[in-house]
Amino acid sequence: MTKFLSLFRRSTGSRELRRQPLFTGMSWLVLVFLYAPIAVLVVFSFNDNRSVVRWTEFSLRWYAAALENDDIRRSAMISIQVALTATIFSTVIATMAALATTRGGVYRGRAAAIALINQPLMIPEIVTAIATLAFFSILRQLTGVTGIGWLILAHTVFCVPFAYMPIRARLSDMSVTYEAAAADLYASPWQAFRHVTLPLLMPGVMAGAMLAFVVSLDDVIITLLVAGPGETTLPIYILGQIRRGVTPEVNAVSTILIGLTVAMVTLTFFLQRKQK
Amino acid sequence: MSSAVHIPSTDAATSLRAAQAARARQARRTRLFLLAPALGVIGVFGLFPLSIALVYSFLEPGTYGGVEWVFSYDAYVQFLFERDIFDDTLAFNSAYLQIFGRSFGLAVTTMIGTLILGFPVAYFIAARPPEQRNFWLFAITLPFWTNLLIRTYSMLLIVRDEGFVNLMLMKIGFIDKPLEMLYTDGAVLAGLIYSYLPFMILPIYASLEKFDFSLLEAGHDLYASRTQVFRHIIVPITRPGIIAGCVLVLIPALGAYITPELLGGGKKLMIGNLIALQFGSGRNWPFGAAAALILMAVVLIALLISLRAGSSKEGGHD
Repeated sequence: MTKFLSLFRRSTGSRELRRQPLFTGMSWLVLVFLYAPIAVLVVFSFNDNRSVVRWTEFSLRWYAAALENDDIRRSAMISIQVALTATIFSTVIATMAALATTRGGVYRGRAAAIALINQPLMIPEIVTAIATLAFFSILRQLTGVTGIGWLILAHTVFCVPFAYMPIRARLSDMSVTYEAAAADLYASPWQAFRHVTLPLLMPGVMAGAMLAFVVSLDDVIITLLVAGPGETTLPIYILGQIRRGVTPEVNAVSTILIGLTVAMVTLTFFLQRKQK
Repeated sequence: MSSAVHIPSTDAATSLRAAQAARARQARRTRLFLLAPALGVIGVFGLFPLSIALVYSFLEPGTYGGVEWVFSYDAYVQFLFERDIFDDTLAFNSAYLQIFGRSFGLAVTTMIGTLILGFPVAYFIAARPPEQRNFWLFAITLPFWTNLLIRTYSMLLIVRDEGFVNLMLMKIGFIDKPLEMLYTDGAVLAGLIYSYLPFMILPIYASLEKFDFSLLEAGHDLYASRTQVFRHIIVPITRPGIIAGCVLVLIPALGAYITPELLGGGKKLMIGNLIALQFGSGRNWPFGAAAALILMAVVLIALLISLRAGSSKEGGHD
């Protein structure tokens, strides 16, 4: 009630200036706007009826149907295979790059190196997708190599900046005094890294790996253009189904994917909070 | 390290300098080793392909997709003109320009929309006590990571003829037959704002995160009105965040593929769909590459403008 009244009060004490009551209402509305569509999708994936608007009864039948669907299982396996491999590669690469860009002071070319690492974020995905397709089609012809490796490589490239961000953030928050102490105690650079830096850095590495995994798992555009025949990932399968019309099975698979993302991002969030 | 040992150490200062130089060399080598994979992978497979796309845009399309290695700037001509199949004359064709115009209009409207919706939220979060901020930040970030395709699909479920919005409006008797919202510019716009709103909120919040709200009090004590406080304190402080947010929304909105594909149907093409189409059933890779590069140029111009807007403020007020 007092909140409501403050809308009409002309007096502007600091608290009111800080609060901007109108902004409070808008923020909650934005939250509803962001979550309502997803909530509808999730709720109706448990609907016994085919309908996505009329609720009849709670049921898991669409989940059972989705899990029994061979196409869904196959594409889920491909998605996991691509995402896991790309995550491992990109996390290792990003960790190395983060060490080089946070330790050893400021040197010439550091800003350029950081800009290059973040480059995939600055280019519209569709441009990256067609450029990669064009390049890979040449490489495929020249080398004669086909297979899922190309798709994994494409994923690794755009996963690197996502893995890099939290690892770099963690490293720049970490004091160099631990590493200096290890060096004083005659630890070799590798020993200092293995026994001091890496354990302290682990939450950042885990956060980076999970973000990379989520980004790879969710990718549509690059995969759509780069993937060869028989390399249908789960999002590509879902896109194909949506084009044909709304099916409750797709709602169930989507809900599973959302659940997975939410779990991983929540974990990442807590990993990153702990460091403070 | 070892090179320091070989230097005859008659002069202590020289050997110290030599040791330092050796250490610096060692550090540089380590750094290079650590950076090589990242720069290599992104340089070769992220940046270099753009030049391949540039080459492709000057070739002729192959019959079954791909390219013929024959030089041609037809792809760029085709962008503005239509070649008559019979007498080879060129006639002005604005269809592709219109698609670019539409995309640009939609992207800019999305940017403004996310700013209007996002600014209050960012401000509101920054003004929360720290323990509540975390909840809000988490709530805004989560959709950002959630699958864009699925989020767009959920939007489709809401706005289609038999969707939730129509059902609700009919239930309260506001309308008696469903509004046709799907496959309109409005639906695409709603989808784009829905997709990219977090990109606007987060940078503006970041610019306000460390802001000392007692400055507002100070302004008020000096008889500044609410609008004056807003204009002279809050707007300058959030300026870098607003610029960053605008760039982060504009770039993906310009290249959007999924949103116009699902919510705009086949008719409401945006640049992203046009490009993808050329590499799919359109079978005109050079034209697709040319369109992608033109898009890239537009993005670069937007980035340069934002950089200038960010630095022009350097020297004081207004």
